[in-house]
Parts: sequence; structure tokens; C-alpha cells
Amino acid sequence: MNRNVRRQFASSIWLGVMYLLTVLALIPLGLVLWFTVSKGLPSVLHPEFFTNSFRPFGIPGGGIAHAIVGTAILVGLASLMAIPIGILGGVYVAEYAVDPWASWVRLASDVLVGTPSIAIGLFAYALVVVPVHHFSGIAGSIALAILMLPIVIRTTEGAVALIPNGLRESGLALGLPRWRVSLQLILPTAAPGVITGALLAVARASGETAPLLFTSLGNTLFKVDPTQAMQALPLTIYQYALLPYKSLQDQAWGAALVLVVMVLGINLLSRWVLRRQIRLAGQL
Amino acid sequence: MRAVLGAGDTKLKVEQLSFYYGKNQALKDVSFEIPERRITAIIGPSGCGKSTLLRVFNRMYDLIPSARAGGKVLLDGEDVVTTRKLLELRQKVGMVFQRPSPFPMSIRDNVAFAPRLLGWSSSRVKEVVRQSLERAALWDEVNDRLEAPATSLSGGQQQRLAIARCLAVSPEVILMDEPCSALDPVATLKIEDLMAELMRDYTIVIVTHNMQQAARVSDYTAFMLMNPEGRYGELIEFAPTANLFNQPQDQRTEAYITGRFG
Repeated sequence: MNRNVRRQFASSIWLGVMYLLTVLALIPLGLVLWFTVSKGLPSVLHPEFFTNSFRPFGIPGGGIAHAIVGTAILVGLASLMAIPIGILGGVYVAEYAVDPWASWVRLASDVLVGTPSIAIGLFAYALVVVPVHHFSGIAGSIALAILMLPIVIRTTEGAVALIPNGLRESGLALGLPRWRVSLQLILPTAAPGVITGALLAVARASGETAPLLFTSLGNTLFKVDPTQAMQALPLTIYQYALLPYKSLQDQAWGAALVLVVMVLGINLLSRWVLRRQIRLAGQL
Repeated sequence: MRAVLGAGDTKLKVEQLSFYYGKNQALKDVSFEIPERRITAIIGPSGCGKSTLLRVFNRMYDLIPSARAGGKVLLDGEDVVTTRKLLELRQKVGMVFQRPSPFPMSIRDNVAFAPRLLGWSSSRVKEVVRQSLERAALWDEVNDRLEAPATSLSGGQQQRLAIARCLAVSPEVILMDEPCSALDPVATLKIEDLMAELMRDYTIVIVTHNMQQAARVSDYTAFMLMNPEGRYGELIEFAPTANLFNQPQDQRTEAYITGRFG
């Protein structure tokens, strides 16, 4: 009896410790959200914040339209480059796992995932900015594409590996070439998982500052031409937060809120798509 | 082209077939002849190499990098083991697996998938879909819902869909790897009836661990066993099914079919 009580006591103590640690782990997340929302909300509540671009300190009505459009174009171009290549690479790595080439691709993408994003920015600077002698959205999107590529490869590989082998064999047994089975049967089946990976890569690229610092540089003007220097949301936060003017600092918080909401939205969407994939794979 | 063979003539001739996974020998010196437009069953306990043998006939083992076959399997006189026309071989020798693996698309698209990729005209594809589903005894159950997802079918229906899918590319030989082991008795019976029907036009080879099924459906039976010393599978006896079950020539066959082991 006595031992039983002691055991229950110890159990509830440790359970309590675990709850406490869980709460501790959640505190940073809560604080980040709380600060961004409370500090960013005043800026976001003005409609012109979304329709206007940069205005110098002292002139009211400044907005981040140039940064939102810039981020959309930068990330859009990066996606056009990274997602198709990443998907094909991921299918290759998963479907031809025993090929020696595949293990090199896998190693390369692992190294790329671990590469500091500022180094990737520097690489794009040397590759694109230096030869043409000016900063451009294209240079920025190339840096972002390099950042996205390994994420797309590895998530595609994971999604394809989730497809039961029976499906592959059934396709091959019909006398179809291996590449057609991979691309026209396995890949469509893995599509939701692949889309999840692409969305995660988009979310990641949307929030990156370092690769853009010496590629896209930033711009106070509203630009849609990617051969010019372009503004982006993370650049806005970085630049405005360093300025000594309260109104621009407030706009930095506003931009941060927009970015956090955007990335959160993409992440939730990708989780929803992934859940469909898991359900589908269970039926096959 | 359809071979000029009469029913009962040799369709697949297995000669001194050996098979290896890396250094491990899985089959040794298997020789027998599978007759045209008959049902041949391969039986034996787990691990005797019967599935491996079946997967040699359409070179399914090519997916496993370390796998290697020696000897010959002649299909209408052409060696399967060394042929370079792999895709033609697999169209000619279709396969139905233990799990039906419906493609994640509609019932119609499951059957039409391969014909479309092979570039057949849409009118021909349409015809083939209907014909294949009819031959697989599934048409009457699904003709009013061809657009429904294949995963909505029952297990038995999915397996008949897998057969229809295989028929769509006009095979001559159909390999079945324990096609009923995941099905209930009623669905199993339907597949067995279907096999008897298909036998008129196709050569069928079925691997089963269910002896009663082999006795019920097949014309010929091959009994395989794992060699206890060499750990490889070997063919113990091959005979017309009635003979094999009633007057087995080998003691080991008799022991197995009377249920003394395996």
C-alpha cells in the first residue's frame, strides 16, 4: 500500500515536470507571436500599409506594397527554378536509390541544407551580381532557389518512398518503361506529399533575409522588373528596424506580422495537404 | 502475335534455372515445362522459392540489383533470362500480385492507363477497357460507375480490376502470385471461376500456399521445397495435378500434401 502511494506520487511529480517543460518550450513561440501581433497590428490596420510603398520619415502613409510584391516575385521565380528540378531530383533519388549517382545527389542536398544561407547569398553574388555589375531580383531568386532546392529534393524523396512498392511493380508488370512508371504513376500518387515539400520550401524562402542582402539588395521603389534591385519583406524588417525613426520601426513590426501570418498560413496548408497524402497511401 | 501452339503444347520451358540474391542461391537446377492454355500451380512451403521462380518469368527481379539468374526460360523458344526486349516480354507475360494495388485513379483509368501510355487510339482504348473488364468478370458490377475511384471497390473487385488491367495489354501468359491470399472465400471462389474462364485464351501460372486451391483450379502442379543443406529452393515434383495429389512419386511431396509438414 505504502509503495503504491509512493509510486503514484513519483508518477505525478514527473508528469508535472513534463508539463512544465512543455510549457517552457512553448513560451518562446507564444512570445514571438504576441510581440509581432501587438507591435505589428497598429501598422497593419491602415489599409494604405498594403497599397503604398516606402515614404521617408515624416511623410505619413508609408506602406510595404513594394516589399510584398517583391517577395512574391522573388519567391515565385525561385520556385519556378527550384521546384521542377527538385521534384525530378527527388524522384530520381527515391526511385533509383541504389544508383551510386543517387547517393551523391543525396549527399549534396544534405550539405546544401546545412549551408549557411548567407554563404548561398555570397555565391549568388559572385555568380550573378559581379558579372553584370548590378544587383537584381534575379540574383536574389537564384539564391533563394539554391536554398529551396535541397528541401524540395528531400521531401519529394520522402513522399515517393512512402508509395507502396506494389504500385511500382504493378506498373512495371504492364510492360511500361521505368521512367514512365516513376513520372506518370508514382509521382502523381505522391503529389500531395510533393506539394507539401514545395510549400515548405516556399515558406522557408519567403522568410530568408541573408541570401537577399547582396543579391536583390532592396529598393525603396515599387518594382516588378526582376532585372532591377527589389525589395522583400524580410529586407524591409531588417532595414527599417535599424533606422532611428519610430514610424519606420513600427512598419518593420507590421511587415514582420505580415510575414509571420503568411508563413504560418503556408505551413498550415502544407500540413493539410500532407494529411491527405497519408490517408491516400493507406488505401493503396 | 499469337503463337500457333495448340492448348497443352509447351509455352514456357524452364531449363536448369538457378537464381541468386547476391551470394545466396535461391533456386537450383529447376527444369519443367509449362503448357499453353492450361493452369499450372506452383506450391510449396514458405521460403521454397516459388515466388522467386514466378518473378523470373517476367524478369520482375530486375528491380533487385544483386539478383542474377542462370539457365534458361524459353518463352515460345526465346530466352526470357537474356532477352533485351524487356518491355515486350512484360506485355506478353502479365502479372497479378497478392495485393491488388489499385492505381489512385478511376476504375476506367486503371484499365486504360497502360494502353494510353502505349499510345493506342482512344477508340481502341475504349474498346479495350470494356473488353478487359468483361473478361475479368467485373463489367456488370462497375459499368455504371467507371469514373469512381478504384479504391472504392471491395478487395475481391480490386483483384479482378488488377486482372483486367493486366488483360488490357493483351498478354499471352498471366502470372499470379498468391492472388487470393488476402480475399474472403466468396471472393476467392469468383477469382477461381474467372481463372477457369481465362484458361481458354491464356496460359496461367499461379503460386499458392493453399494446396486445396491448387488441387481445385490447376491442370499441372509443381511442388517445390527448400533444400535443408544448401538453403536453396528446388523442384521436387512436377506432374498433372490429379497425379501429383493422388499418386505422388516423391516421399516429400506425399508428406507435404498429407499435411505432415509445411
